[in-house]
Amino acid sequence: MEAETQAHDDDKPAAHGNGDDHGDAGETSTDGGDTELHGLLAEFETPGALIAAARKVKNAGYTEFDCYSPFPVHGIDDAMGIKRTKLPLVVFGGGLTGLCGGLLLQWWMNAHNWPWNVSGKPTWSIPANIPIAYETTILLSVLTTFFGMWAANKLPQVWHPFFRLDRFAKVTDDGLFIGIEASDQRFELEQTKQLLVAAGATHVEECHTDARPEARTVPKAIYGVMIVLTVVALIPFALAFKARASKSSDPHWHVFSDMDFQPKAKSDQPFGEFADGRANRGEIVGTIARGNLRADDAYYRGLRDGQWITELPAAFKVDVDKLNRGQERYNIYCAPCHGFDGGGHGIVPERVALRGGAWEARNLVSSDSVAIKMPNGQLFNTISNGYNTMMGYAAQVPVDDRWAILLYVRALQRGQNATQAELPAGAQVR
Amino acid sequence: MASATEAHADDHGHGGENARETFRGITRDVTKVNLTPIGRWWYPAFGVSLLLLGMLVVAVTHLFRTGIGIWGNNNVQGWAWDITNFVFWVGIGHAGTLISAVLYLFRQDWRTSINRSAEAMTIFAVACAGIFPILHTGRPWFAWWMIPHPNDMGMWPQFRSPLMWDVFAISTYATTSILFWYMGMVPDLATLRDKSKDKVRQVVYGLLSLGWRGSARQWHRYERAYLILAALSTPLVLSVHSVVSFDFATSQNPGWHTTILPPYFVAGAIFSGFAMVMTLMLPLRHVLGLKHIITQDHIHAMCKVTVATGTIVGGAYAIELFTAWYSGNLWEWFTFRNRILGPYAWAYFIMVSCNVIAPQFFWVKKFRENLVFVWILCAFINVGMWFERFVIIVSSLARQALPGAWGYFEPTKWDFMTLAGSFGLFGTLFLLFVRFAPVVAMAEVKAVSPAAHAGKDDH
Repeated sequence: MEAETQAHDDDKPAAHGNGDDHGDAGETSTDGGDTELHGLLAEFETPGALIAAARKVKNAGYTEFDCYSPFPVHGIDDAMGIKRTKLPLVVFGGGLTGLCGGLLLQWWMNAHNWPWNVSGKPTWSIPANIPIAYETTILLSVLTTFFGMWAANKLPQVWHPFFRLDRFAKVTDDGLFIGIEASDQRFELEQTKQLLVAAGATHVEECHTDARPEARTVPKAIYGVMIVLTVVALIPFALAFKARASKSSDPHWHVFSDMDFQPKAKSDQPFGEFADGRANRGEIVGTIARGNLRADDAYYRGLRDGQWITELPAAFKVDVDKLNRGQERYNIYCAPCHGFDGGGHGIVPERVALRGGAWEARNLVSSDSVAIKMPNGQLFNTISNGYNTMMGYAAQVPVDDRWAILLYVRALQRGQNATQAELPAGAQVR
Repeated sequence: MASATEAHADDHGHGGENARETFRGITRDVTKVNLTPIGRWWYPAFGVSLLLLGMLVVAVTHLFRTGIGIWGNNNVQGWAWDITNFVFWVGIGHAGTLISAVLYLFRQDWRTSINRSAEAMTIFAVACAGIFPILHTGRPWFAWWMIPHPNDMGMWPQFRSPLMWDVFAISTYATTSILFWYMGMVPDLATLRDKSKDKVRQVVYGLLSLGWRGSARQWHRYERAYLILAALSTPLVLSVHSVVSFDFATSQNPGWHTTILPPYFVAGAIFSGFAMVMTLMLPLRHVLGLKHIITQDHIHAMCKVTVATGTIVGGAYAIELFTAWYSGNLWEWFTFRNRILGPYAWAYFIMVSCNVIAPQFFWVKKFRENLVFVWILCAFINVGMWFERFVIIVSSLARQALPGAWGYFEPTKWDFMTLAGSFGLFGTLFLLFVRFAPVVAMAEVKAVSPAAHAGKDDH
């Protein structure tokens, strides 16, 4: 193992002269003036030799040095005096953030911002939220490990002075190196060379950085490409922002129609496929849909032989439930105008009066009111089809409910026109 | 292909040249896959994969245009091949993580030869798995609604649904696997950078290797990070298939609602994954000339893991059956009887014979050494594990409590095309990986070779 020390071709004294002669490309021969010494690179034969040499370099007091190998050489950390990395601590922080973040995320979204009722279970119950918190803990730990490691290693850094040495390409194959940097306080070219040779280096080489300023700057073209890419990447966001900030009468873009547009004709739309050009299909003349015969004149129309009935129709079964139902429906549909007591003082006339207008709602219960004089059939017809300005309620209220309302109106009328004698014992007004 | 590496593996301790020749041999044998023209086998294999991938594109396009009605799914079989494929592919991935993380923690140095390609298998399998639940949603273009984000609708995901747990588990798993894989690859990408002769490769590998220069201070942090990632991946991989099994176990469905599902799914995942690793690796080591790096010892070890996990899976089948009977629950017992005796009995018996009986051959050394036989058994295990998920999902849904709502699932051609297409996606990605990425973790193999200790005092 003969150690050969070899200076770089362009053997100028270190650290000077790069500022003055940079314009003279013709003067320097191969790579534009290697004038600044970066350090020394020494090659070693075996991992064992590398460890031993690393220990010698460390013991000689050097700090700005590193070993380079195609695989992690075990035992070198101790020889070089590398302190244990703090990465695990950082990762612990990342994991803790992931855990708390995962829990906070779930709590805020499902229990706070929009309390989510799932089968009446409590909105916040840890066990069901563990799996996601578990995964976010791991995810954040992994991201911290990965990015933390590269950041601590100051990578990516695709350029390094040692890459200029052809020999250094072996570092990812079979080469084992020690590199001592010229910036080390103890660095003294010849002395350091001696040390490395004495430590068993098979080859020691000087490494110079490129003195040319253009070799140390990123080419302008790359900046150009980066700027263009950045601008292009912002275009979609700009379009989205513009769309959000401005108004448009154009319909939305439907990349997927999501059944918004279906090959069907909606009601009251023109539709050429039918002879009458309408999408609606009317009832077929001379037919009645099943269950729609409504032959019971008294029940459906309040009529018998063309006369208003005075009794209740036989199809309407009277009981307390019907009366209660009638009260409920009355309070919904009738009370707004006619009032809860039927006296015509509902909230609508009152409000109209407050605003200076006039809106008359009939008093249904006074002894001389139209409603009290109407036979049952006619009153039912009034509820169903309306009277003067009152609209009909046949569309909203089913037949049976209309009879129930009628029943309740009759009860109101009866109640408010009762005589002392008709009241039950003990309830008379004294 | 006899190589220098094995020859020099023994004589460590003296002679630096021998140690360095070992390292060079490893570099040469692995990088030649990427840096010399690839063997002729690659082109037809890639062509077939691309064809299948094209089929997937056609099937998915038709699905997007028409809806999941093109599949055989129906009111009874809301989950069928889609979810079967999902669980199958996720399971395949698990062996990769097991090899790269769990075996690393257990200091099983033999893993270094196979971990890179097993990790690649994991990532590509997870990619295949990921498409199925998304397609299954019916309106896949709204899949991003599963990611919690502020939106006009004021709508948040329902985090107590196991389906959301899946979203988090699978995406964490995919992220972790990709980062772990890439991180492990950086020193080897640097090797490719330094060995490449043409500018394009030098630049691309140079950027991908982030300027790695193998410094001891960098290696120190790198190894720490690697250990931490392994330690994180281990609980992660156990959680992923457990969470997948929660999709079933937390339901009220007889045949799904069992506590054994998580460990049973994890064991099944590792089982199927190892079978898949061998299905890929046995031909690969042959065509790439890596027989001295992925040796018979590795095959022995993988066969042993396969028979161990296969036997666990068999035990799980037995316990599941016993519990269904012992519980005295009418519906539970009916579901299991129906699996064995009902219309899907054929699937049940394919599952049992492929998963329980087939791996038992691996007890015998002679069978483990017959690589064609090993490969065939592994193919059977792959089929069996697909059928395991099919049996669990489809046979449990086909006959629930209401006989009036019983049904029978029949796949359509689109089901077949999607499944075959997912193999096309996997194959395409894997073949690209083989061609352009370092298939064996060179730095790790060097580090565990005896030559790594050459010249040390304690050797």
